[in-house]
Amino acid sequence: MKKNRQTGKGRQRRERAISFFFFSVALTSITILTLIVVFLFWEGLPIFSKVSVYDFLFGQYWYPTDDPPDFGIFPLIVASLAVTAMSAVISIPLGVMTALYLAESASARLREWIKPIVELLAALPSVVIGFFGMVIVAPFLQEILDIPTGLNLFNASLMLAFMSVPTICSISEDAIYSVPLELKEASLALGATQWETIARVILPASLSGISTAIILGMSRAIGETMVVLMIAGGAAQLPSSIFDPVRPMPASIAAEMAEAPFRSDHYYALFATGVVLFAFTLLFNLISEHISNKYRQVGAATL
Amino acid sequence: MNKSSSLLRRRKLIQIAIFGLFRLSAAINGIALLVVVYFLVARGWRAINWTFLTQPPREAMTEGGILPCIVGTLCLSLGAILVALPIGVASAIYLNEYARPGRLLRAIRIGINNLAGVPSVVFGLFGLAFFVVWLKMGVSILAGSLTLGVLTLPVIIGASEEALRSVPDTYREASLGLGATKWQTIYKVVLPAALPGILTGAILGVSRAAGETAPIMFTAAVFYTPSLPTSVFDEIMALPYHIYVLATAGTEIEATRHLQYGTALVLIVLVFGLNLIAIIYRARLQRRM
Repeated sequence: MKKNRQTGKGRQRRERAISFFFFSVALTSITILTLIVVFLFWEGLPIFSKVSVYDFLFGQYWYPTDDPPDFGIFPLIVASLAVTAMSAVISIPLGVMTALYLAESASARLREWIKPIVELLAALPSVVIGFFGMVIVAPFLQEILDIPTGLNLFNASLMLAFMSVPTICSISEDAIYSVPLELKEASLALGATQWETIARVILPASLSGISTAIILGMSRAIGETMVVLMIAGGAAQLPSSIFDPVRPMPASIAAEMAEAPFRSDHYYALFATGVVLFAFTLLFNLISEHISNKYRQVGAATL
Repeated sequence: MNKSSSLLRRRKLIQIAIFGLFRLSAAINGIALLVVVYFLVARGWRAINWTFLTQPPREAMTEGGILPCIVGTLCLSLGAILVALPIGVASAIYLNEYARPGRLLRAIRIGINNLAGVPSVVFGLFGLAFFVVWLKMGVSILAGSLTLGVLTLPVIIGASEEALRSVPDTYREASLGLGATKWQTIYKVVLPAALPGILTGAILGVSRAAGETAPIMFTAAVFYTPSLPTSVFDEIMALPYHIYVLATAGTEIEATRHLQYGTALVLIVLVFGLNLIAIIYRARLQRRM
């Protein structure tokens, strides 16, 4: 009896230790996220002893290797926002409509084929999409539109759209599935057609999930590197047309980091650009987090 | 009567038109995938032969094969999964088996979600500043694997959590009812039942790590190394970086086009192969449950 109780205590202590172990491992993600922030700032902040934050963010000229250098990333920010917005114009309708097709109108057999296709599209390595856009799409655009270069804002947005469609599609699909069946049945029973049910009931009920999907898709597009590095054209200027070459933030970082001397002003400026890029994606993610928590569909009563 | 039936017909027609649009969007995805794969296969297959797969590059990378890149990519993605799998599975066990709802759990979840959203090039910067410089690993397989491991961590956590969640609670209750402790239950009952799902996640993690370019640009990959790696502190070549370099920075961009297509084809065969294994495996699992 006595022995039994002791092992019981030992067991409890061991269980508590194991539980604590898993808890500490689960903190890894937050720790890494914190380390990312710390090291980005650590390597990025020194540039602000040379350039003011305002001049860095809103300076019109990015000539980091000139003498004296110009560290204004405004054209890079505008380029990032432009490719993201343009790709969203393509990817939002495409992604949401594909999700609606999968969830509401496709037969079970077709679904079994289309879901893997969307997953494979998501699995395409970005460098392969970049390569494809560079050697196939760019010459094609250049020829049919008669423009000086096929490596431009439009091409990059198009390729980015295909990278964010799978994200938008799969999260939207989950959102559509989570709409309670009663709502759908009630609408159909009142004589609404399937489309009317989708437009008036299912879409409004899954709107928060679809918004989350769209924001995460855009977050993926703004942070995507290889596609914009290889296809956007690389000119650090404010675009005046959608067929102008641009240089979004990730492209600038990836292209110049190898050449920037270690801990030079240029190196610091690239890290500071990384901070700005990280801030954008963090903002997108926090917004989507907020929407999905605040407007979560609970049962059939909250429509 | 007539009027209402024509209205009904109009409503039906609208529905048909809109469902047609839905079908078209779904088809566009398929077409896009087909077009990409078609061009890579049609222009890449000629480059692929035994020499291409088993020889290092020669003549300033205009001839020869891509063996070092294949080896490098395998090293990096396996290294990444060695880092991410234990941490990811343990995190998922905490989240699904131990954690109680509350502020702490929410904070951990926000951390994971935001880690999943960090741009790949920012992972590259982090890897450079933290692993390469601060921990003095230098540009190496080790630094690259750790960077890729951190990047795949959210993928592994997500997949493992889903696998754990799909284990019915009756399993846990039966084990606890027999007097097993929580850990014994997890170790002997829950984990074995969740293992196939976790493995699927691991395969997807490897495929994700194999295709990433930006995180290894500053941490592991180089234009050219004459020999295969001998230690984890060596810098290496990798398939995605090789495609990028040949396509944008080589001196003979046009002359090496067939090598670029060939390398891209090898990369997507690798990535799609892993994905198809995961997709088929998962479909089987779902049928069994």
